[in-house]
Amino acid sequence: MLKDVTFGQYYPVKSFVHNCDPRIKILFLIGFIVAVFLASNFYGLALCAAVLVIGILCSRVPVQSILRSIKGILFLLAFTAILNLFFYAGETTVVIGEIPLQWGVVNITYEGIYFMLFLMFRLFMLILSSSLLTLTTTPVNLTDGIESLLTPLKWLRFPVHVLALVMSIALRMIPSLMDETDRIMNAQKARGTDFEHGNIFKRVKAIVPILIPLLIGAMRRAEELGDAMDARCYTGSENRTKYKKLTFTWRDLIVFLLCAALIAGVVLCNVYLGSIL
Amino acid sequence: MRITAEHLNYTYNQASEFAVHALRDVNLTVEEGEFFGIIGHTGSGKSTFIQHLNGLILLPSAQKKYKPKKLKKGEIAPPKTVLQVGEYDLTDKKTDFRKLRSKVGMVFQYPEYQLFAETVFEDVAFGLKNFSEQPLSPERIQTAVRQALETVGLNYAEVWDKSPFDLSGGQKRRVAIAGVIVTRPEVLVLDEPAAGLDPLGKQELMALLHEIHRSWCKTVIFVSHDMDEVAENCTKVAVFSEGAVQFVLPPKELFQKQAELLSLGLDLPVTAKLVALLKQKGIDIDCDFTKKDFIQKVQKYLQGGNGVC
Amino acid sequence: MQALEFKNVNFSYGAQSDFSLNNVNFSVEEGELVAVLGHNGSGKSTLARLCNGLLKLKSGTIHVFGMDASEDKNTFAIRQSVGVVFQNPDNQMVASTVEDDVAFGPENIGVERKEIGERIDFALRAVGMEKYRHATPARLSGGQKQRIAIAGVLAIKPRILILDESTAMLDPKGRKEIMDVVLKLNKEEKITVLLITHFMEEALQADRAIVMNKGEIVMQGTPQEIFSRSEELECYGLTLPPVGYICKGLQASGVSVGDCLKVQELAEEIERCASRQNI
Repeated sequence: MLKDVTFGQYYPVKSFVHNCDPRIKILFLIGFIVAVFLASNFYGLALCAAVLVIGILCSRVPVQSILRSIKGILFLLAFTAILNLFFYAGETTVVIGEIPLQWGVVNITYEGIYFMLFLMFRLFMLILSSSLLTLTTTPVNLTDGIESLLTPLKWLRFPVHVLALVMSIALRMIPSLMDETDRIMNAQKARGTDFEHGNIFKRVKAIVPILIPLLIGAMRRAEELGDAMDARCYTGSENRTKYKKLTFTWRDLIVFLLCAALIAGVVLCNVYLGSIL
Repeated sequence: MRITAEHLNYTYNQASEFAVHALRDVNLTVEEGEFFGIIGHTGSGKSTFIQHLNGLILLPSAQKKYKPKKLKKGEIAPPKTVLQVGEYDLTDKKTDFRKLRSKVGMVFQYPEYQLFAETVFEDVAFGLKNFSEQPLSPERIQTAVRQALETVGLNYAEVWDKSPFDLSGGQKRRVAIAGVIVTRPEVLVLDEPAAGLDPLGKQELMALLHEIHRSWCKTVIFVSHDMDEVAENCTKVAVFSEGAVQFVLPPKELFQKQAELLSLGLDLPVTAKLVALLKQKGIDIDCDFTKKDFIQKVQKYLQGGNGVC
Repeated sequence: MQALEFKNVNFSYGAQSDFSLNNVNFSVEEGELVAVLGHNGSGKSTLARLCNGLLKLKSGTIHVFGMDASEDKNTFAIRQSVGVVFQNPDNQMVASTVEDDVAFGPENIGVERKEIGERIDFALRAVGMEKYRHATPARLSGGQKQRIAIAGVLAIKPRILILDESTAMLDPKGRKEIMDVVLKLNKEEKITVLLITHFMEEALQADRAIVMNKGEIVMQGTPQEIFSRSEELECYGLTLPPVGYICKGLQASGVSVGDCLKVQELAEEIERCASRQNI
């Protein structure tokens, strides 16, 4: 059932992080990613991790929900790990008993292990921090934030408000289209379509009776929505006003300062505590 | 085919914080030969229930990966769920659900939105081809499609090679229904089949369902919001509310329970409203709540006094 | 003042004959509630689209509050004074929250931010949905969605509201919600209403009804007048409301009840017949 899929990742509770301005959250995420990449030793990364843990604690999102986001890219993580473990050009080969772990191009070194751990740690934090953003920000707020951050592009004649409207309508329509997919799938299943058995060719063929009605339905929706928008005086001109306004609060100032402090801290770690890269 | 449901429960999004209990301990029997109505608010569980009837929603015990839960010590086993449609046991994963679906036809709300093929013929034949074990001869397919289209009141010669998308709204719905009845199901389930049609279209559709019911489809089950339609057409009605079945009664008895229906937020057929008002005025009309019977009974009542009024 | 005036209006969608209009003449006075009846494909929905310039007419004239609808320069002004609510509640919303959706119209006509807030308050209160200001449309019932659609139109402050089969896809509860709102707007806010529908019961609440068939206006009058001509209605693919149907049936079987269309009236008529006998 498609109904079992909750749209987006948003975890609906109230918290400090939830209440932050989406723009500052996006900017903070960018700042955090910069910090993670700047960090060239474990001290810097530990500092980042500390900030992330504070963020998670302040968000009141259960840790399991955040860790769940790792699941999707577990394979990627494992792949990168193995690649680094085996092929990192280190100097000190690991020796277990009398046997050095080196076969042809495969060479497991201490540096390799060290670097692999560092890389895993880094990736881990990138993923956790971005899923913290999507868990604490509704898709609507996220689009509003992106729109607002893109506003300067207006000066380059980039149609920011059109893009924003397109994103907003897409978000609005996704649940409707999922419902419709569900309905059409059931209807065709009731007429004997089999999605579960048969070879790939057969299964692809079984999708046609779903795709076509869905496509036609989407076009019908688009047409009707277009009429409704026209009837509500939409002209696409630049003279629209905007009701929703994002405002910065004291929370956002705190987050901003935290971000600045983090980057500064990481740089200091790099300078005074050496680099492993 | 007799349909029996006992202790039927269903929860959407089980094991998440957004769980919705769509069905709670539903007990319901639909005898063969019934023209069965299901009423209830949006979200009362009607749609979830009917999707169980042909295995579009599978009970946990009918799912492939199902493993029976072991009871803890001292725990009492929940009452056994029964869901039986004719000879098909829907709680069993070994049941051939595709075969079941060919016996239980399902017409969804606004069925015209599921049309997809290039021609009316292809669309109607779709289910027929899907369900048959071995390829059917073109003649057999043609006969079945022709019969289905004629049953829904369309002229085969006129529409068979047209694109279904070029037809009018009412015609599209008929084609969609033809695409379901083409396999001659023994049970036909319809979710608000008359929604969005104009008054005449509604009348024609109900007449069509009665015709199918009379000639070959033994059991018809339909969901409706229109109490007049239910009072006029059904032999028996089930009332759903908040996932549970409140009543299963013939209309004649059901619409006497006016206070109960109103407290469930349901409307009454016009005839029932009239009977209630007349009762307040001291006039007792005992009718089965069809318009025809109401008119007759009122006439009889008045004539019982002193002849023609 | 006349809110709407159609004079010799012709329109067709090319070769297709359905939904076209043939020499349509009618007018709606300001403050009136006029119902337009007709079976599917009778052309009744075409009226709505012509009124606010979604379709351009072929010949004849349409005036909306004195503005000529065929002139492009009037389109924007006409759309501000004509609010249209369409059939499908799912396909009229642009935003994912009720508040943002209602704001869409005022944003389009360049209303100041502060006033948009006031208009949202007003519009949501008018349709009784003020509690749902921050709700997402996906969680609302059909009737609630249509009320939001009406609110979205009201926020533009139109002088005439056109409901283009806006209740066709709703359940009886949702239909009643919409009719209550529409009647209230008509009575209290003095908004002119053109109610396009195929539910005969809804037409009973109108001041006047127009029946369309094959793109032509075939009947006009008060709902009582229209429904007293039941044979004629049937020719146009329409039926009497249930009470009217029972009433006709009683008359046909020799019970001398007068014409009525409402449950209360018919009950009283039957009582009258009964009491006459008992004397």
